Amino acid sequence: MAVITGTADNFDTEVLQSDIPVLVDFNADWCGPCQILKPTIEEIAEENKSVKIVSVNIDDEEDLSDEYDVFSIPCLVLFRNGEEAGRSVGLKNKDEILDLIGGN
Amino acid sequence: MYDIIIIGAGPAGLTAAIYARRAAKSTLVIEAKGFGGQIIKTPDIENYPVEQHISGLDFATKLYNQTVALGAEFIFEKATSIKDNGKTKTVVTPKSEYEAKAVIIATGSESRLLGVEGEAEFTGRGVSYCATCDGLFFRNKAVAVVGGGNTALEDALYMADIAEKVYLIHRRDEFRGEETTVSRLKERENVEIIYNSTVTKLIADKRLRGIEVTDKQGNTRELEIRGLFVAVGRIPENKNFGDIIELDASGYAVSSENCLTKTNGVFVAGDNRGKEVRQLVTATADGAVAATQAVRYISNLNI
Repeated sequence: MAVITGTADNFDTEVLQSDIPVLVDFNADWCGPCQILKPTIEEIAEENKSVKIVSVNIDDEEDLSDEYDVFSIPCLVLFRNGEEAGRSVGLKNKDEILDLIGGN
Repeated sequence: MYDIIIIGAGPAGLTAAIYARRAAKSTLVIEAKGFGGQIIKTPDIENYPVEQHISGLDFATKLYNQTVALGAEFIFEKATSIKDNGKTKTVVTPKSEYEAKAVIIATGSESRLLGVEGEAEFTGRGVSYCATCDGLFFRNKAVAVVGGGNTALEDALYMADIAEKVYLIHRRDEFRGEETTVSRLKERENVEIIYNSTVTKLIADKRLRGIEVTDKQGNTRELEIRGLFVAVGRIPENKNFGDIIELDASGYAVSSENCLTKTNGVFVAGDNRGKEVRQLVTATADGAVAATQAVRYISNLNI
């Protein structure tokens, strides 16, 4: 699946109401580690049908990052059935992200 | 088997990969997180020869692309130990083992933790180790910076432009960092310096709400803040290799100017090596030296 752009408008339907787990990638254009992480996130999105990947630009969506207490990026938050089920802050490798998705 | 394994894909490790590949040695770079190292957090590099200005991300991306074009291979796993088999070395990761004739350790350093309860839990929820990365989350909020070196002083000055109020907490009565930065800080109306004090408690629910600060006499004070920037130094990432290389009292790799270690065929490069000056240009220089020495070592191996 392609990475979906998350906004305040679609967050409820795409993330909170999703039937499958959703990994939300909070990021920004100016954040170096976020850009390094991006290809890995896209790779995981292409390879995994059982999880949805949503990318939230924190500069465009300040309210979302505030609502979910995101104060450092890159920040990956896993949602299951509309609830936070896991979180990872900082640059991670692919296996660590797959662990976050699979281990929760 | 590879000729050379390089642990770490920061500027030192990537430069080593360039030199190794240009000497036609098969080269594997093993990186724990992602390429670039610490430099990707720097928005502006203005002291590297030739480029008047480049961002850390652009610098790292160009350097990485250069090594890939030269034929270096990459895997993203954490190296947990190195085994010395004499003429070969084995690098162990949680998933696999990789063998090479020579190994270059270019693992860099990581932020030193404050050591206060709840620190890990609230990292990313108010606790941060990088003001230039996370500072904008605290626009017009109160924050604190902890530390006494140049990084702490510069972080406090950077946050003074963004935050409503900046507390700078230092455990001593004077700063190690540059005097000019200290005087610039003292001129700022929204900066309050708290000397002889340490952070003794984090006050938080789902996010950081404040801290408790205790001075040398044992008096405590609560500060209502949203962001806590920890700048209390860095620790070299050598702890997995203490058996194969010698470490000094601070954990840095003991090596000669030629990046050699006590184990033949194991070299060190970059910020994890004991040296006086840790700059981008000295990291890349180390990479060149270590790879050249590794190539020389291999040619004398006779295997």
